[in-house]
Amino acid sequence: MKRQLQQIISPLWQSTRDLLPIIVVIAFFQIFVLQKPIPNMGQLLIGTAFVVLGLSLFIKGLEVGLFPIGESMAYAFARKGSVLWLLLFAFSLGFGTTIAEPALIAVADKAAEVAALGHVIENTEAARSAYASGLRLTVAFSVGLAIVIGVLRILKGWPIHFLIIGGYVGVVVMTFFAPEEIIGIAYDSGGVTTSTITVPLVTALGVGLASSIKGRNPMLDGFGLIAFASLTPMIFVMGYGMLI
Amino acid sequence: MMDLLIHIFHVTLDTITDVFPIVVIIFGFQFLVIRKPIPNLGKVILGFIYVLIGLALFLVGLEEALFPLGELMAQQLTDPVFIHGIGHVAGDLMWQDYKWVYIFAIAIGFSTTIAEPSLLAVAIKANEVSAGVIGITGLRVSVAIGVAIGIGLGTFRIVTGTPLEYYIVAGYLIVIVQTFYAPKMIIALAYDSGGVTTSTVTVPLVTALGLGLATTIPGRSALLDGFGLIAFASLFPIISVMAYAQLSEWRGRVKNNENQST
Repeated sequence: MKRQLQQIISPLWQSTRDLLPIIVVIAFFQIFVLQKPIPNMGQLLIGTAFVVLGLSLFIKGLEVGLFPIGESMAYAFARKGSVLWLLLFAFSLGFGTTIAEPALIAVADKAAEVAALGHVIENTEAARSAYASGLRLTVAFSVGLAIVIGVLRILKGWPIHFLIIGGYVGVVVMTFFAPEEIIGIAYDSGGVTTSTITVPLVTALGVGLASSIKGRNPMLDGFGLIAFASLTPMIFVMGYGMLI
Repeated sequence: MMDLLIHIFHVTLDTITDVFPIVVIIFGFQFLVIRKPIPNLGKVILGFIYVLIGLALFLVGLEEALFPLGELMAQQLTDPVFIHGIGHVAGDLMWQDYKWVYIFAIAIGFSTTIAEPSLLAVAIKANEVSAGVIGITGLRVSVAIGVAIGIGLGTFRIVTGTPLEYYIVAGYLIVIVQTFYAPKMIIALAYDSGGVTTSTVTVPLVTALGLGLATTIPGRSALLDGFGLIAFASLFPIISVMAYAQLSEWRGRVKNNENQST
């Protein structure tokens, strides 16, 4: 009984801890700087409770269902030896985890809303959801591609900074051609993609791979996948903006 | 109340499409390539049900709390009545008048990063690998300072309306120069720390803050100026982490020299 209680409380506490600094800072500003009560307090409290509850359930579900298989599969493919399957798996992992990333869903919807108000797209429900899905598919595709390049890097032992600097050059070049109103969204999509689901699974793949290949250091070679996954979306989302 | 329940139900249905690709990938690879039955199938299915409901609740909570909260703070902090006090005839506001916006942004950036659990895990790993040269607290504080400066500068950019790409390209140049001088083992970690720091809760709040600022400050457009804070928050930790590693290395060298000379 006590253990069951602990199982429920510990993820709840985890999500609360994520939110706590935000609540403290906002409360401080509200009380000492703005010196005003927060309007719609009730709605905000219910919403916050939803965020805590939802995030806890989400993470609990990932830990129970997804992470164990995902990680064991990542290790299995890293050791299997077939490069083609490994790359295919790497792409699917990057793509699949990014599509379900909560922060990306949120930001893509927001971007569609803003684009509709700014008359980039039509302001209808259908146009907005098409824009948001297009954005998420683009990001997911580029994360998949990033993981493939990152895995190739670990296999071949390419130095990371050449690829990163190459990516930077790509971002800068695309910035010249992309329409102005996509740039902010594109730059942001790099940081948004890599949170709750993607990081643990992708790190497992990278570290598993680096530790199963002779002469690779998990620290030096296992890291760096996330860095690619935050660069390629910027390039591809700007491309998406040029197409629309 | 009933509306809210119906809304949650609809969002749950929507999240099925979000989670579907992962289900296909996991089961597809398991059956076609690995060809072994999934261990603990019941647990896995239960996990997916948790993920579905959790994601839906989170997204509803986001709309009800995190987005409004970010916009609300942006509105309140840029309100001319708050900046000048009631009764003053507000002239054109200069960028200095928005100082509380920057302070708020810095506070949010620093506090959320310091509390980020995944950053602690990375810091512990980095400490082990560097044989203690890179301190756990030092790394966490330097990432947090990076995010704080990043978001602070990002709000300054929104207030002044200067083009985002100038800042980002300048940041890239600094990163490239630093890469040549920073200790080798920290480089991959520093690059990664940019992506890891922005958590699922922070991203929506910071996005809403940026869009709120761009909407309320006269002369700014949400589309052109509202985005970009996350980009700042992912770029500046790279710089601050490499700077921290350079500083630790330099300090270690100075110490060594002292020891040798005495």
